[in-house]
Amino acid sequence: MAGVWVYAEVKDGKVKKVTYEMLGAAKAMAQKKEEPLCAVMIGKDISSLAPELGAYGAERVFVVEGDAFERYTTGAYTKAVCELVKQHQPSIILFGATINGKDLSARVAGRLGVGLATDCTEIGLDDQGNLKVKRPMFAGKVYAEVVFSDRKPQMASVRPNALGVPEADPSRKAEVEKVEVSVSPEEMGYQVVGFEQVGGGKIDLTEAEIIVSGGRGMKGAENFKMLEELADLLGGAVGASRAAVDAGWRPQSDQVGQSGKVVSPNLYIACGISGAIQHLAGMGTSKIIVAINKDPEAPIFKKADYGVVDDLFKVVPALIEEIKKLKAQS
Amino acid sequence: MEILVCLKQVPDTEADIRPTSDMAAIDYAGVKFIVNVYDEYAVEEALRLKEKVGGKVTIVCLGPDRAVEAIRTALAMGADEAVHLNDPALLEGDAYTTALALAKVIQGMAYDVIFCGKQAIDDDLAQVPSILGEMLGIPTVTNVQKFELVGDKKAKVHRQVEGGLDVIELQLPAIFTATKGLNEPRYPSLPGIMKAKKKPLKALSLSDLGLSEDQVGSKGALMKVVKYSLPPMRQAGKIVDGETPEEKAAKLVKLLREEAKVI
Ligand SMILES: Cc1cc2nc3c(=O)[nH]c(=O)nc-3n(C[C@H](O)[C@H](O)[C@H](O)COP(=O)(O)OP(=O)(O)OC[C@H]3O[C@@H](n4cnc5c(N)ncnc54)[C@H](O)[C@@H]3O)c2cc1C
Ligand SMILES: Nc1ncnc2c1ncn2[C@@H]1O[C@H](COP(=O)(O)O)[C@@H](O)[C@H]1O
Repeated sequence: MAGVWVYAEVKDGKVKKVTYEMLGAAKAMAQKKEEPLCAVMIGKDISSLAPELGAYGAERVFVVEGDAFERYTTGAYTKAVCELVKQHQPSIILFGATINGKDLSARVAGRLGVGLATDCTEIGLDDQGNLKVKRPMFAGKVYAEVVFSDRKPQMASVRPNALGVPEADPSRKAEVEKVEVSVSPEEMGYQVVGFEQVGGGKIDLTEAEIIVSGGRGMKGAENFKMLEELADLLGGAVGASRAAVDAGWRPQSDQVGQSGKVVSPNLYIACGISGAIQHLAGMGTSKIIVAINKDPEAPIFKKADYGVVDDLFKVVPALIEEIKKLKAQS
Repeated sequence: MEILVCLKQVPDTEADIRPTSDMAAIDYAGVKFIVNVYDEYAVEEALRLKEKVGGKVTIVCLGPDRAVEAIRTALAMGADEAVHLNDPALLEGDAYTTALALAKVIQGMAYDVIFCGKQAIDDDLAQVPSILGEMLGIPTVTNVQKFELVGDKKAKVHRQVEGGLDVIELQLPAIFTATKGLNEPRYPSLPGIMKAKKKPLKALSLSDLGLSEDQVGSKGALMKVVKYSLPPMRQAGKIVDGETPEEKAAKLVKLLREEAKVI
């Protein structure tokens, strides 16, 4: 029974950043346990991405490739992970708490009959070398320290942006081990027959380092253009309050909060958002919060590191100009 | 069509949630409880499906006595009957023990479609429906934003993924987890509330499930909370001053660059 594993999710030919964050934490755990640090990568034509995981400490990467894995399906990916677990019996597996990472880890937990802590913000070991994690509950109103039964592997999904990306050593390459896994149509569970793009978002909200969000104060869909411009200049993504989504100004996938996405960027700029408890639930762990609101009594100012009390239709264009100036200088 | 909805009662989104003074449990004193936000979408979708093709909607809920209130709400919305897994031994479990208990009951019931919520907003695990699917040996499609029946034994659904929606087809029976955007849940009507009082609500205890005490609740759980804590308090920060919006914007950019170092 050995090995600390990280599931390396690949999207559009790129390894997700949360993978590097997890490798950083997992490396320390593997050293302490004196077990190998390995990664699992599943997809189609992805093996060229595997060696680079060595830069973050992965010694070996198990690669499962093939047509059956071209698109994520719960059935095929669960089978691949569970086959590998049966062969190698790792003691710990970490997944990124992305949409598919949560889906996959939960099904794997069900199949293997092992414990899984969702959306963890701290990862470590107890004195016996068992996984011990910290995770938010009740939308971040409380945090819980969680320990696991002896059933291995002990598993956790890790919130993107919570751990930070460690230093890389590009000279180190991981050993790649290709593993064949066949999946029958029944095991597939469901077929993905199409894809509908929603919004133009290049960066997924949950992983964006900077988010510019708009609320009811934006007054209309067309005004989000200026938030998009600001986000583009900063290399970030655009989010929205529920009020803005329910008004039909933004797609559901942009909603931040209790009934939307939980985000934890380095910088969150809330424009025309009052700061309701359900909105704060989705962005309260952002490193820096900026609020732009014309109402000095808006609750968002109680959580904001920097507040601008003014009309956003004047402040946002001025911000865009300032950032442009800054970019011209550097 | 036999339609099941797994429903959990949870604290209101506005509720002030705090640990007990020894930090070992949650203090629920004075907390108001509601139907889990995502389970409302699940109930609504179940009702719409029934209205379209006929059949029966049954609520399955594991929870303490107070959960009856949430079950009644779903019945008042229009669900036909309910099963309440109510036994002290079943509480304090985790996603695995909850799914196990739900699976035991559901195995003895007829079902074509099972709707769940994408996540319970108290434990925030987003696991029970996937584990339940595994135990029942049927697929679970998570984060569903659109549900359609194709023929009588097949479904076509839109699953929220990064950047868009996967269009998915599958054979029933299957589990679907509802997320916001799937529908707009109805409110219970006054006649609905009156009728709900007379609808069948069956309470089950551990012995009815054929499970032993060490398989469920805290004894059977595969993970356990050892300590709760409160998140670090966020202090209100600076209000950026200035005569004009332009001045404030310039100051803000300077602060973000030089003090916060985030741009
Ligand atoms: C079960 C449940 C789940 C929920 N989930 C979510 C969720 O996931 N996400 C979420 O966001 N909400 C959620 N809500 C809703 C939440 O309670 C609030 O209603 C919502 O967040 C309000 O959105 P808002 O701040 O954009 O709008 P408002 O509260 O109306 O605030 C608009 C703000 O814009 C400011 N403003 C207006 N014009 C200007 C201007 N020209 N310049 C500057 N400022 C201006 C106003 O001063 C005001 O503060 C949920 C509610 C419930 C009950
Ligand atoms: N105690 C319970 N009783 C009935 N259904 C539940 C229970 N716990 C979880 N569920 C279902 O599983 C979904 C996800 O819950 P969770 O995995 O706890 O986040 C919920 O939205 C419900 O549909």
